[in-house]
Amino acid sequence: MTNGQPIFIVKDLNFFYNSFLALINISMDIFPQQVTALIGPSGCGKSTFLRCLNRMNDTIPGTRVEGTILLDGESIYAKDVDLATLRQRVGMVFQKPNPFPKSIYDNVAYGPRMLGLSNGRSDMDDIVYESLFQVALWDELKDHLHENALGLSLGQQQRLCIARLLAVKPEVILMDEPCSALDPIATMRIEELIHELKQQYTIVIVTHNMQQAARVSDYTGFFWLGELVEFSPTQKLFTVPEKSLTEDYITGRMG
Amino acid sequence: MHGLRATFDKEYDAICQDLLNMGALVENAIGEAVQAYQKLDFDLAQQIIKNDEQINQLRFKIEEACVVLIATQQPAAKDLRAIIAVMHMVLELERMGDHAAGIAKTVLKMEEEPEIKTLKKIPKMGELSRQMLSDCLQAFIKQDAAWAKEIAARDDQMDELYHSVFQRLIEIMVDKPNRVTRATYIMWCAHNLERIADRVTNIAEQILFMTTGQMGELQA
Repeated sequence: MTNGQPIFIVKDLNFFYNSFLALINISMDIFPQQVTALIGPSGCGKSTFLRCLNRMNDTIPGTRVEGTILLDGESIYAKDVDLATLRQRVGMVFQKPNPFPKSIYDNVAYGPRMLGLSNGRSDMDDIVYESLFQVALWDELKDHLHENALGLSLGQQQRLCIARLLAVKPEVILMDEPCSALDPIATMRIEELIHELKQQYTIVIVTHNMQQAARVSDYTGFFWLGELVEFSPTQKLFTVPEKSLTEDYITGRMG
Repeated sequence: MHGLRATFDKEYDAICQDLLNMGALVENAIGEAVQAYQKLDFDLAQQIIKNDEQINQLRFKIEEACVVLIATQQPAAKDLRAIIAVMHMVLELERMGDHAAGIAKTVLKMEEEPEIKTLKKIPKMGELSRQMLSDCLQAFIKQDAAWAKEIAARDDQMDELYHSVFQRLIEIMVDKPNRVTRATYIMWCAHNLERIADRVTNIAEQILFMTTGQMGELQA
């Protein structure tokens, strides 16, 4: 199931919000072109962990990281790391779709413009087409590209946010509960999209929905009180988990 | 710890109760089938065949309850393994009931045939298979994988008994050609009992699966 070397190697990671230790000694290998799901109750550290992978926590005052996170063998916490480049390589999709209050076209074109990735108008048109095509929005929206993105349904907005991210050619996509604001059909569309996207991208998804983790992921990590209790192939974790704490959680006997 | 899954637990417990009732009916059918054979009790044989319908209906009732539980509760891990195991187990029990009914049908055919001195090993086979089943249902309730393995190992005794009955019946057929038909019927009865023990080992395999997640044959 694994695909060569891990793209992320996390080793002995501790994470502090001021003096509060939110992640305790986490080690995890994340493999390319695989979907890794992170599950656990609220406050267990799964979102904090996700946000360590592209240093989104840096924006929160009083946070501190110990240990190492290597992306393709290079530390992402090294002094010379350019955060814009890191977040272009490791993009993020959030719980609530957050399109810019601009046209659909400009939403997708925003990143490539900022990063200078396109050579002129027709090149940008290609990027917009490819990105919208990959998230299965092209056919729906090709005649409405210059309408405001805020007019789209929530499910379309979330797919647009994913297209916006694909436009800057990332390697890893972090998803923080990407379906929790969506209805079941929009959720299924995103899940199908995840299956498509993993052909090309590495995906790490935080979800409160255990069935969603079971449906979409290749590996699952179960977090509990800041610790990574179990990290296993998804098929194993949901049928024969190793730890009784995992078993109690996924069978709903926790709490 | 169980509060959050009270609905699941309640429905699963009801399924287990039905499974145990079904198991008791099958145990009973095995005991009565051997009794009908020993005493050539044709009324009892008729009754066993009639009762098998109840066993069949319980199978479908339990399977349907399992399907509903999977669809509505999305069980995982040990809960999922338990339901899958139960679905396999009721199928085995239903077939064991068919074997008991098969013996009863064979007994009815014996009416016309000249008698053979009772083979003592047939009731031994009956008692062994009935006891294996009874213990296996207990091992299921206790979630005792080690006991399930021990029960499955008893299938060797059954195979020995079957082999020895087989040999004896061949001798009878050679010596007394007018007993061939009846000896063949007795062979069918022995075969049904031997199959019942095989199916008990299949149930033991399911107990191993539900408790440990291991899939595999306990007796080749």
